[in-house]
Amino acid sequence: MTTGRRVRRSSTASRVASGCVVVAALALCGMPYMVTANVVQQLTSLFIFLILAVMWNALAGYGGMVSVGQQAFIGAGAYGTIFLTQWGISPYPAVVLASVGSAVLAALLSPLVLRLRGGQFAVGTWVVAEVLALLVTFDHDLGGGTGVSLRGLNVYGPDLRRAYTYWITLAFALLLLALVFALLRHRTGAALQAIRDDEDAAASVGVRVRPLKALLFVLAGFGCGAAGALTLANTLFIQPQSIFGVQWTAYMIFMVLVGGLGTFEGPIVGAVLFFTVQYAFADAGAVYLIGLGLVAVAFALFLPRGLWGLFAGRAQIQLLPVGYRLEDSAS
Amino acid sequence: MTAPVLAGRGLTKDYGALRVLDGVDFEVGPAAAVGIVGPNGAGKTTLLGVLAGSVTPSAGRVFIDGDEVTGLRTELRCRRGVGRAFQVPRPFGGMTVLENVLVGASYGAGLSRSRLYARCVEVLELCGLLDVANRRAESLGLMHRKRLELARSLATGPRVLLLDEIGGGLTDAEAEDLVITVKQLVALGIGVVWIEHIVHILLKVVDRLVCMDAGRVIADGVPAEVLRKAVVIDAYLGRGAT
Repeated sequence: MTTGRRVRRSSTASRVASGCVVVAALALCGMPYMVTANVVQQLTSLFIFLILAVMWNALAGYGGMVSVGQQAFIGAGAYGTIFLTQWGISPYPAVVLASVGSAVLAALLSPLVLRLRGGQFAVGTWVVAEVLALLVTFDHDLGGGTGVSLRGLNVYGPDLRRAYTYWITLAFALLLLALVFALLRHRTGAALQAIRDDEDAAASVGVRVRPLKALLFVLAGFGCGAAGALTLANTLFIQPQSIFGVQWTAYMIFMVLVGGLGTFEGPIVGAVLFFTVQYAFADAGAVYLIGLGLVAVAFALFLPRGLWGLFAGRAQIQLLPVGYRLEDSAS
Repeated sequence: MTAPVLAGRGLTKDYGALRVLDGVDFEVGPAAAVGIVGPNGAGKTTLLGVLAGSVTPSAGRVFIDGDEVTGLRTELRCRRGVGRAFQVPRPFGGMTVLENVLVGASYGAGLSRSRLYARCVEVLELCGLLDVANRRAESLGLMHRKRLELARSLATGPRVLLLDEIGGGLTDAEAEDLVITVKQLVALGIGVVWIEHIVHILLKVVDRLVCMDAGRVIADGVPAEVLRKAVVIDAYLGRGAT
């Protein structure tokens, strides 16, 4: 080659950052030994938000599928766990199985909803969520409209239970981050972004659109199902109106838009920020929700790449090596 | 004459009562350069769409290497060697120029990692995009967008490349550069089909010219002869101009 240029994926910054991520993950594993059970429970809900943000960003930010109905899978994960424990499966394996069940549900729904594009897709997914919520409400074995408790976790003491739930939540969060990272490192990530930007043009350069969208939809179904099941394990009680509620989507949109749509790091920033805001202002009720909405709208209008996009753009860095750069061989 | 890589027989497309393509026969072989001209609404872009697989014909059949591919989807035709550049550039706006090309080279040409990057650099260099390789495609100006459109379809390793007005809106100097690039592609053995309104640009490249009007091919042959035909002059300049 005469040009003396080559394609690179990682940089010094990204190698340092990747190392830091591994160290941070190990440190987080030790948290239950260092902080109180109450803090452990709070961190668990932070990781659940993180899972949701990462999943919604994968769907909308990388796949172009703006879903307003991921609560269908959150609810399915939670109620799937209840259903499985009623069949005698112990709670933590039930959480894992219910997450897989949500992925299967997403796979079954994908031929239907992936026919829809744009706004139709958004509304279509919401309808699916509402239908599932109604089905659960009519089922008395699942507690009907009044809600249901998760039994079987009282075999552990409260502190141990919170620690176990924390570890399994952390494991899910790390697994899903790793899966999205692997997807972006693989050529599938580039193909998905191509589909997001222009489906027909993607097909014209050889990308098979439908199977790749289905893959992402199933991954998001799995992750959101896990988030629902873990929410149940963390709070021990759920009601159909709240676990299937559209407020989950509002949270996800807020975290991803503020953090940085279509960036790997953005949803992590968004989840931490949202968790802090939630902690400080949740008691303000409706005013708080209106505030969340206004901030999300402002970001969509004025800072479409979010806080991370702003930072990475200014600093010209990408911490995790998910893109491609052309550089001089000498450098 | 070598066997055609891409061919269409009796291609017809109706939109309701409107017949935009009316029994067109068309073929292109390796290293051939075919220009298509004709007034707006003549069916040129529809013809490319039917050949590329994005438009389903109402009647007629499409062949690649003699195999019928009429029902084959766009992405699979691309993998069999039919590349396409759109009239209005459709870059993957949120991705860099390099990543745009990479998708084509990875999926369209099916290159493995060991050859993928080298191929991307090669295509970027050929299309004059090395200096903007790390820019997001949505930040590009028109000339670079047009070049990216060409580069991305070239990266898929086409044996036939369908180009839809990739010179439209460019300055004369920019269009001249494009002519040099397209000539290089033909020299590499790629069959090029190029729709263009700027006829004098087209004539610098093509060895065969097809003129369409109202969904039909009204002239097909050596460029100079096609342009002299009365039907072509009528279609272009209006009846009575001769």
